[in-house]
Amino acid sequence: MTRLALTPRRVVLGVLAVVLAVVVLYIPQYFVEFRTAQFTSVIAISIAVLGLALLTGFNGQISVGHGAFFGVGAYTTAILTADHGWSHLSTVPVAMILCLAIGVMVGLPALRISGLYLALVTLALATLFPLVIQKYSDVTGGSTGIGVPDFEPPDWASGLTEDQWAYYVILAFAVVTFVLVRNLIRSRVGRAIIAIRDGEVAAEVLGVNLARYKVATFGISAMIAGLGGSLFVMNTAVLDRVDPSQYTIARSIEFLAALVIGGAATIMGPVLGSLFIVFVPEFSSDINAELSRVIFGGVLIVMMLVLPGGVLGGLTRLEAGTLRRLGRDRQWRRLRATAAEADSPDPDGSPTVDGAAT
Amino acid sequence: MELFFNQVINGIQQGAIYAALALALVLIFRSNSLLNFAQGEMAMFSTFIAWILADNGFPVVFAILAAMAVSVVGGAIIERTLIRPVGSDNVLAIVIVTIGIFIATNALAGWIYGTDGRVFPRIFANESLVTFGDVTVTQETTGIIAILLVVVGLLYLLFQHTKVGLAMRAVSSNAESAQLVGIRVGRILMLGWGLAAALGALAGSLAAPQLNLSLNLMQGLLIYAFAAATLGGFDSPLGAVVGGLIVGVTQTLAGQYIDFFDGFELGSAFLLILVVLLVRPQGLFGRAVVTRV
Repeated sequence: MTRLALTPRRVVLGVLAVVLAVVVLYIPQYFVEFRTAQFTSVIAISIAVLGLALLTGFNGQISVGHGAFFGVGAYTTAILTADHGWSHLSTVPVAMILCLAIGVMVGLPALRISGLYLALVTLALATLFPLVIQKYSDVTGGSTGIGVPDFEPPDWASGLTEDQWAYYVILAFAVVTFVLVRNLIRSRVGRAIIAIRDGEVAAEVLGVNLARYKVATFGISAMIAGLGGSLFVMNTAVLDRVDPSQYTIARSIEFLAALVIGGAATIMGPVLGSLFIVFVPEFSSDINAELSRVIFGGVLIVMMLVLPGGVLGGLTRLEAGTLRRLGRDRQWRRLRATAAEADSPDPDGSPTVDGAAT
Repeated sequence: MELFFNQVINGIQQGAIYAALALALVLIFRSNSLLNFAQGEMAMFSTFIAWILADNGFPVVFAILAAMAVSVVGGAIIERTLIRPVGSDNVLAIVIVTIGIFIATNALAGWIYGTDGRVFPRIFANESLVTFGDVTVTQETTGIIAILLVVVGLLYLLFQHTKVGLAMRAVSSNAESAQLVGIRVGRILMLGWGLAAALGALAGSLAAPQLNLSLNLMQGLLIYAFAAATLGGFDSPLGAVVGGLIVGVTQTLAGQYIDFFDGFELGSAFLLILVVLLVRPQGLFGRAVVTRV
């Protein structure tokens, strides 16, 4: 097995990761119940946004309807725990499989629709979801919703309060999900998914089965969003009922916003974006309630104009630019070195490298 | 039987309003090749402008025309500053920007105009024009449809018989080639947005008397308007009107006669969108798009 080279960049990232892990694990011990629960909902939402990232960021299929899958997961958990006495965690596989099935069902017609039209169809789907909830109000509780039983810590974790327990459980799910998705993206399957985004025809020519991959990605993406929804509901310290007003088109738009703010085709982008959409409206509405939504819309627009790669994309560009300016960009140095060898036998002169690839 | 006719007339009444907004959507698509998710909110904003003018004593028709003129400018500015920098290739970015405009415009309207509903003055009286037994066709509905047909006629003249219209079609077909033959592509794009914004203002002003002018004016309509534009064909103004009427009638008939859609009429619009996109994506009157691979 090759050993992992200990480059300065990796050391820095490693240290950052450790610090981050400590901070993340310490949050429930430090903050009050409400704040901890807010972080818990950030984590649940970031799982859903990760699902959206897989479909829209990596596979190029635009969905303005992931709030609906989120809602399906949420309602599945709510209904099973409240009306049928299931334990919270046992509802998770059900929610995931249900959303996988629905995702595949949506993904099949989506094969024939692309780009703006797919956005339109998913928008309509997300608008429809609260109406569907109200239509089947016997099962779903209609506009009043369903009260969700508390997600209590078990006896072996009785030292934790309800909000802390929820935080750690949902965090665990998130870590596992993020690692799995990251590995998926870096695998052959992931490369096929990305190839479809970058050029469907070329991908097909290279042997990628478009239909299979696109439908599967839709299904998996929906499944992950459903997982997020199911976990979201377990945040019973602050959220003790589900009702359709939480799963409107606004939710889908929220996810899309979080995706592009964090960075559409990144793994950690969803986390950043989710932090943004949960915390920023709260603080901006303290400053000026009415203008905060105007600013939110404005931020979205400016983001697309200035930082289409989101915050993470911007950071990556910043890193590359800084390295280049410091002359420490290894690629650049290597290029100059080989050009120097090839161009002149004179060791003193440094030949200009023109038009070198960036 | 009378119930059926009543419902059809109801549907046409609703459909006329969908058709109005659909016209704006179609115009934006026809000239700029994109779906503007913010069209409804921009229309609502312009309708508020018309309301303010009318409230301050100007005659209604003048207020509406003035709001339309302001909207032309507003739409052009939005295109130049917000849409053009994104570029036409990045579909996700365009969707996000139009959604951002949706959010910002809605919130701006709420901030400026407040959240109360307002009564919008009528151009046409809500009285019956023709009556067949118990079934009434109102002056308002007839007037709206008449105005829409006039607009469709004007758009036809614009696109088919003027240089500007030809330029717009050229830009929509192939912007690069259009630029090479000397067409000022930027100005044409701005014009497209401006015209669509003006049509949106008209749609809002026609819809507001019935629906009451408030922040939510267009939100309930947007999906129906998209269904109308999809059914009619996104590049056909006539299709938008016909599509709107069909969507309206389908919505009311489905809600009345099919249990599943009772109270769930939006489902019928959604189903319509899905079926059209899968079976005949170019709609009834649109031109099929053939992409070279």
